[in-house]
Amino acid sequence: MTTPLASREDTALLETRGLTKHFPIRRGLLGRTVGQVRAVDGVDLRIRSGRTVALVGESGCGKSTLGRCLLRVYEPTSGEIRYHRPDGGVVDLAALGERALKPYRSEIRLIFQDPFASLNPRMTLLQIVGEPLRVNLGLSAAETEERVADLLRRVGLRPEYLHRYPNAFSGGQRQRVGIARALALAPRLVVADEAVSALDVSIRAQILNLLKDIQEESDLTYLFISHDLGVVEYMADEVSVMYVGRVVETGDTDDLYGRPLHPYTEALLSAVPDPDPSRRRRERIVLKGEVADPSRIPAGCPFHPRCFYAEDRCRTEIPALREIRPGRTAACHFAGELDLKGVEES
Amino acid sequence: MLMQSEHTSPQADDFDPEAGRASPWRLVWRKFRKHKLAVAGAIVMLFAYFVVAFAEILAPGSPSAVDERHTYAPPQLVQVDLSWDNGVQLYVNGFRTERDPETFEQIHTIDPRQRVPITFFARGDSYHMWGLIPWDRHLIGSADPAQKVYFLGTDRAGRDVFSRIIHGARVSLSIGLIGVAVSFVLGLFFGGISGYYSGVPDTIIQRIIEFLMAIPTLPLWLALSAAVPSDWGPLMRYFAITTILSVIGWTGLARVVRGRFLSLREEDFVVAARLDGCGRGRIIFRHMVPSMSSHVIASLTMAVPGMILAETALSFLGLGLQSPAVSWGVLLQEAQNIRAVETAPWLLIPGVAVLVTVLAMNFVGDGLRDSADPYKQ
Repeated sequence: MTTPLASREDTALLETRGLTKHFPIRRGLLGRTVGQVRAVDGVDLRIRSGRTVALVGESGCGKSTLGRCLLRVYEPTSGEIRYHRPDGGVVDLAALGERALKPYRSEIRLIFQDPFASLNPRMTLLQIVGEPLRVNLGLSAAETEERVADLLRRVGLRPEYLHRYPNAFSGGQRQRVGIARALALAPRLVVADEAVSALDVSIRAQILNLLKDIQEESDLTYLFISHDLGVVEYMADEVSVMYVGRVVETGDTDDLYGRPLHPYTEALLSAVPDPDPSRRRRERIVLKGEVADPSRIPAGCPFHPRCFYAEDRCRTEIPALREIRPGRTAACHFAGELDLKGVEES
Repeated sequence: MLMQSEHTSPQADDFDPEAGRASPWRLVWRKFRKHKLAVAGAIVMLFAYFVVAFAEILAPGSPSAVDERHTYAPPQLVQVDLSWDNGVQLYVNGFRTERDPETFEQIHTIDPRQRVPITFFARGDSYHMWGLIPWDRHLIGSADPAQKVYFLGTDRAGRDVFSRIIHGARVSLSIGLIGVAVSFVLGLFFGGISGYYSGVPDTIIQRIIEFLMAIPTLPLWLALSAAVPSDWGPLMRYFAITTILSVIGWTGLARVVRGRFLSLREEDFVVAARLDGCGRGRIIFRHMVPSMSSHVIASLTMAVPGMILAETALSFLGLGLQSPAVSWGVLLQEAQNIRAVETAPWLLIPGVAVLVTVLAMNFVGDGLRDSADPYKQ
């Protein structure tokens, strides 16, 4: 169960086992812990080398927290982050100290969502993109400048921009700078946390194509975190759907989109807008209620208060993520028995 | 294909080689310049410190020269005479002095027929410029060294109020700077620890700050300055007072610094720096401190007038500086009783000086605060 996709023989780059992140809720003068926000609750994820794995879900479902836990921006509460080194060894990133973690910081990189907040406005592009190079590789000023100019070219920016400050650039261009910074140390895994969500629709496609081109050039692996199912369909090889801190369904993108196994996935897919007006919209499933509060997760299946197929069993028994078909897992008692609609092939 | 992308972006002007090259401080300056009141305040402030630097030359006389024949002399207004044959002449009217037959008080009346010519770089009381260079010239003064003039009148002992205001600026304006410098160090240190480490150190420091802020300031000042031994010289007393002021004054700045640290710690670009492998020192000094330096400078500018007012208040109450030291607070002490104000209202002019400088500094602080973050949308 811990490695649901192990039937494939591809090599894993990173696996999580029971990864959990609880944020304590503190109250009062003494800061007593009165509760836990269970942002990520026992996630098993497997990211295979060279693939793009998407993490989708509504906002607040813990997908960004999960991404940030992988990078140890947040300290995971429990669980393992098993990283497969290029030499074949496996390390648990969750157990490493800050110093021991440093070499892996250059192999796993993050692209931020907000291109305005993620670039220090007081530094030039040379300083921003050059920082990881200077700090980690100790390059000289001239070498750094050359490498940064190269990186800017790779992400489609002119090298003449080196000495400019980020405020001179548009959101799309800034995001390119952020991508250049992520690529500076030749990483193996890039976590793209809503990397295109803050961008204009017209710019989005350019950035997505850029990410795809870079992946081809340098054999990158992406963990693509997004709430936009259209973007995910375009980008991802595999998809993991999250709901209040748990993975509820995984599978290859085409299969998951075509034949969802979890009612939540079905509802999400029904909300994807169809760009073709000649096709009559399929019926949209409007979920009742709100996303569950991660500090008060309902008993049983966390999704049951909103599920149209819920039965008594769902109210008491937590469904485990189990393999339904080869390569497909879902956390639903009735997965495979329900007749759920996906997105039609276009 | 990638090279051609985003040519439609209107923000990046490829033809302007200067676009986006302005350093953060230039952007702050550009924004500050638009704040007219702040620019005016800055000019007044610069002028005030210019006066402080060249007090000896700019003052028409010595601040301690006593003239017992002219106590409570009224201000003599500078007048221009264009009718004389030898060009434009400045003069003031002299006065006739009588004694009240009952109280023996001196009564001065301006006599329009008497004219005392005024010249620039007049010879007057001798002094040592910055305590080094002996000289006796004053920017403006009576052409005849024997005939004293008082542009803003004299006090109880016949000392020139104008000269005393100028010399008093030296103490009053520098006490603010020194006091702020001390509280800056304290505030940055404790605020930095509080904001960066948070947790237990933060709780302890915040409780101390709350405790300090809860103490009523005036009684505390009074108690502390009463504790300063009375046989200390004016200079020692001066330093004691500044220390007292800044021991209480650092709390506000510490809060600002802490708040900035706390919010910056969560900023994406600081997280990015951490992921880039930057050490703690580099994150603090290269990413966090530059981002808050302008905020800190702004709150410092706002703190200086507070210090000036505190000194004035303390000295006015007779617990700060005391004569023979000259400061604006000491000068205002002269105007403490109604009778003095009634007979010699010009003794309140130091109050105008306090008002103008404090206002100017507040305007500058306001302008700096508004322009501190040039990247705010």
